[in-house]
Amino acid sequence: MAEYRLTTPLSEAQVRGLRAGDSVTLDGIVFGVRDATLIRMFDQGQEASVDLSGAVCLHTAPNVKKVGERYEPLSVGTTTSMRMDRFTGPLLERYGVRGIIGKGGLSAESLKPFQRLGGVYLAITGGAAALETTQIEAIEGVWWEDLMPECLWKFRVRGLGPLTVAMDAHGGNLYAEVLGEAQRRLADIYARLGM
Amino acid sequence: MVTIDPTLVSQAAKELYIRALKVLPPDVKAALARAHDRESHPRAREILGVMLKNLDVAEARGLLVCQDTGTPVYKLRIGRGLEYDGPELLAAIVEGVKQATLEHPLRSSVCHPIDRSNPQTNTGRRIPIIDVEFLEEAGYLELKMMPKGSGSENMSFLKMLTPADGLSGIKKFVLQCVVEAGGKPCPPTLVGVGIGGTSDLAMKLAKEAIWRPIGSSHPDSTIAALEAELLEAVNATGIGPMGLGGDTTALAVQIEYAHTHITQNPVAVTLQCWRGERAMARIYPDGHVDHGW
Repeated sequence: MAEYRLTTPLSEAQVRGLRAGDSVTLDGIVFGVRDATLIRMFDQGQEASVDLSGAVCLHTAPNVKKVGERYEPLSVGTTTSMRMDRFTGPLLERYGVRGIIGKGGLSAESLKPFQRLGGVYLAITGGAAALETTQIEAIEGVWWEDLMPECLWKFRVRGLGPLTVAMDAHGGNLYAEVLGEAQRRLADIYARLGM
Repeated sequence: MVTIDPTLVSQAAKELYIRALKVLPPDVKAALARAHDRESHPRAREILGVMLKNLDVAEARGLLVCQDTGTPVYKLRIGRGLEYDGPELLAAIVEGVKQATLEHPLRSSVCHPIDRSNPQTNTGRRIPIIDVEFLEEAGYLELKMMPKGSGSENMSFLKMLTPADGLSGIKKFVLQCVVEAGGKPCPPTLVGVGIGGTSDLAMKLAKEAIWRPIGSSHPDSTIAALEAELLEAVNATGIGPMGLGGDTTALAVQIEYAHTHITQNPVAVTLQCWRGERAMARIYPDGHVDHGW
């Protein structure tokens, strides 16, 4: 279990160097995406006019306050990733995204683009938005404000983490390990409960 | 008869929404701290530590604990001997939600189910959810608030088991739900279970169970024993905090039940994320308001 402090954008080599169970802290830029953002990008085919090559995306829809022409972050947390699972491959393939920060994990299907193209899933502690917000330095950009709060957000972050590499580019998947173990244990639990 | 002023209710509805999002109930904090002390898995312990640190940061800086402002759910509980205008009280709660959302401001997490448009007020058709109940006690009105987070709400389950499935079927279903939910509902969760009734009542009972303080055993000793048995079984799955493994998958299993039809054996499961957010205010006709959980 190694610990890394990385600055975005991430290279393919950096991402392939990470293993499930490693701990990562991030500096640089993180792009916020959510259900409606991804539906617009991929189901409705609208191009995001921003360079996402080597980018890290965060599954979020923040609480913000508009001050003049800018948005200030009030609460930036992380949402359940599985709803947006099917957009993982397209984000990597079409936009060159290297990392997804989320909670709860993605399906085994999403491991394939991580392996093929070089990508990782970084698990954050869900519900811990106060701490996460203190790690956001500024909101540097916003696209598709009509989707508020599910716009495409550009956050400048410092010390974002700790993040756990939960799915890596080599087929490593902590969620599948835990789930497999839980299913094995269920048999014993049923027996103990007299079932 | 003494009259309740609806502006007190809208003010309370607003304050409760914001407070529930910023300060967790003492029973939840204590349960998280106990879990952190007991946890043997290093990663799980680190995650529980982040959760506890997050609560300190939220309180110290006045930040929201989680970015999800949830679906606003209220219980309006009316004591005896009060005079009130019912529709006016309901409108006052809706107004309180709008004020909280626009003035704080809070993210609006509520949208139309078909065209997905967001009114940007956290209100809409039949939202906030308001349950009206009547209290045995006289002389005050109680308003309870829960901003129900969606990561956990999306992990809600109902099964119409048969009488032949028995209590074993119920236990098995609860365990399967927790394992299927994995890390998605932000474990360690509060597992709410509703047993009996009809399909709608079973889910309502499961929801009733998550309003109870964490660790409050059911007054019926048979149900209390089932709660303890299921908590141990749920934690034995090893799903752990955020579904990344560990000893702490749930902070509590809480059950409510109702009688049911002779042909039925309904069970509903709802999960509440580790934050267990809720808040309560008692409003007296003289304008005095007591805040609690």
